[in-house]
Amino acid sequence: MTRAVVRQHVPSTPEREPNVDMTAHLASLVIPSPVLTASGCSGFGRELDGFFDITRIGGIVTKSVMWSPRSGRATPRMAETPSGMLNSIGLQGPGVQAFVESDLAWLLERGARAVVSIAGGSVDEYVRVTKFLRDVKGISALEVNISCPNVENRGQVFACDARAASEVMSAVRRAADPAIPVFAKLSPDVTDIVAIADSVVRAGADGLSVINTLLGMVIDTDRMRPALGGITGGLSGPAIRPVAVRCVWQIRQALPDVPILGMGGIRTGLDALQFILAGANAVSVGTSVFNDPSAPLRVHRELAKALEERGFGSLEEAVSFAHRPEGYEYEGEPEE
Amino acid sequence: MPIQTRGEVLDVKRAGAYHVITLTAGSIPDQARPGQFVAVAIGGGESGLLLRRAFAIHRVNSRGVYGGTLEIVVSVHGEGTAWLADRRRHDPVDIVGPLGRPFSIPRDPINCVLVAGGYGSAALAMLVEELHSRGCRVDLVLGAATEDKLFGVLDAKRLASTVTVTTDDGSTGIQGRVTDVLSDVIDRSAADVIYACGPMKMLQAVAEVASSHGLMSQCAVEESMACGIGVCMTCVLPVIGEDGVTRMVRSCVDGPIFRGDRVRWSDIGTVPVGTYGSMPLVEETS
Ligand SMILES: Cc1cc2nc3c(=O)[nH]c(=O)nc-3n(C[C@H](O)[C@H](O)[C@H](O)COP(=O)(O)OP(=O)(O)OC[C@H]3O[C@@H](n4cnc5c(N)ncnc54)[C@H](O)[C@@H]3O)c2cc1C
Ligand SMILES: Cc1cc2nc3c(=O)[nH]c(=O)nc-3n(C[C@H](O)[C@H](O)[C@H](O)COP(=O)(O)O)c2cc1C
Ligand code: FES
Repeated sequence: MTRAVVRQHVPSTPEREPNVDMTAHLASLVIPSPVLTASGCSGFGRELDGFFDITRIGGIVTKSVMWSPRSGRATPRMAETPSGMLNSIGLQGPGVQAFVESDLAWLLERGARAVVSIAGGSVDEYVRVTKFLRDVKGISALEVNISCPNVENRGQVFACDARAASEVMSAVRRAADPAIPVFAKLSPDVTDIVAIADSVVRAGADGLSVINTLLGMVIDTDRMRPALGGITGGLSGPAIRPVAVRCVWQIRQALPDVPILGMGGIRTGLDALQFILAGANAVSVGTSVFNDPSAPLRVHRELAKALEERGFGSLEEAVSFAHRPEGYEYEGEPEE
Repeated sequence: MPIQTRGEVLDVKRAGAYHVITLTAGSIPDQARPGQFVAVAIGGGESGLLLRRAFAIHRVNSRGVYGGTLEIVVSVHGEGTAWLADRRRHDPVDIVGPLGRPFSIPRDPINCVLVAGGYGSAALAMLVEELHSRGCRVDLVLGAATEDKLFGVLDAKRLASTVTVTTDDGSTGIQGRVTDVLSDVIDRSAADVIYACGPMKMLQAVAEVASSHGLMSQCAVEESMACGIGVCMTCVLPVIGEDGVTRMVRSCVDGPIFRGDRVRWSDIGTVPVGTYGSMPLVEETS
């Protein structure tokens, strides 16, 4: 296939690759880059491949897929907010069968690492989707979007209830190919995210994706009605970054060994570095892709450079580094 | 294939209520087809306005001294368009494009009526040239609320057989809406096809007039877009497919040009009953 030129102003001296081992570990998944896309912000990878080589980042996290095709919600589906946006898409998608036959087939054929995000309205739906995916060769990991209302429990969101979240995760873990890691994607809209994290890990989640969007709302002051067709929507982008970093930090403190895929408002390599230092093993870049379609690869480069500048020889050394004890000395320590 | 490029402002000119901005844009001008658009980033790398703004590609010049350049016509609406209108020569602007599917161009030299509302005429300039160069007869209907909101009238007169102007307030041309005169223009020019760009309500009315004359219309729609490149699913509207099934279709990659008789204009802002994949009783987030 033809590849488009990403940026036209190529610097006259090609930048030297930083001498940092960027290998990332997410449970049993080992990837050459710690930067992935975020579910719902990169489609199924195809459109982004024209802007950067999608095989060069850690992976494409696909839009959450359910059992059946879904039309999603009415428009307006977005509202821009300070340093962020609200979205209310309603999980529009082709259903798992068409997804596997067309979108996922393309992604795997292309040689990209595919982290497949799944969603459901009931434990049974999550399990059916998982079983369907079990026979597909080449999936790198599953990410379970549990920020969905449980149709069997008055629309209570799975991710906001430790028991419901655990039920989904243990059922999916049992139904999934034992060789691939299963991540639970947590919602920040809970009183104690550590308690939810702990429950889903006990239920069998191999790792955690932290965080999904925060529930928000905008009122259109001209129409004097909610701006979104779905009334409320998910807040994302740099506006939520401090919340996301806090969630990663708290979970890392409580669960020192759990693999964490951190996300929420990452726009630059230094943003990504905050997540790594707080305890993330890898990161997803979501909303920033809308601003800069080549953001994931750029963030990878900037992160590598930032790590090198701080004296790290590998990404691994930097994971959770902000948790080091007081008085801990290291080579790259800036001079006072 | 769309590209992302760092362009530079070459010129900002006032034209009535609008700003015509000329930008260097790498290879976008070479690739651009009539009806396509660009998505422009607002306010530099750390801007709090995260989402790109979409603008129809008005004109291109692929062989200028600055390499390829393109023009967009900006109507100041909110913060993003105000920022663009404030640019000065040599300011950098990050551009993604060309985006969307272009207008279909007829193979034969047929009679075409083009209808624009407000800055919608910006999106039709390249189409006029293309149709004219293929020997098509082009008749234009340009409408706006007031005279200063008309765009490209003089330019239109260069290549079009006739140009009919309407304004809501009668400040110039015929007082009324484009659809008040459209039937006459269709009859007079023995039109074979209608092209339209403008506000959604106007497109709906134009599509209806076209259908009542048994004509096909191609309409350039304008929906809020978060990404412009097909990855976010915010820009959808209900469109009837070849198979008769209504789907929520992305206007950024499957549009912005749609057949007027395929868009369910009255149902925009809803998910009509029977839409592919609709499950009215289930509500999900993100
Ligand atoms: C395919 C396409 C082509 C367009 N071509 C032109 C053109 O040639 N000239 C021109 O002046 N305008 C054009 N528009 C509309 C233009 O994109 C909006 O006016 C602009 O995004 C408003 O941004 P703002 O920050 O000034 O307004 P705000 O209201 O502050 O914008 C807030 C958010 O809403 C979105 N938004 C607001 N109004 C619109 C709208 N009418 N359409 C789409 N998104 C909107 C913005 O992108 C932004 O994300 C086009 C839109 C589309 C989708
Ligand atoms: C338009 C849009 C659609 C999204 N769709 C999904 C989805 O289908 N599944 C999911 O788990 N998260 C979804 N998310 C959440 C993102 O994956 C991510 O967790 C969140 O946006 C925070 O990261 P960001 O600030 O980098 O975007 C969506 C976000 C946006 C903006
Ligand atoms: S604007 Fe994102 S899919 Fe169309």
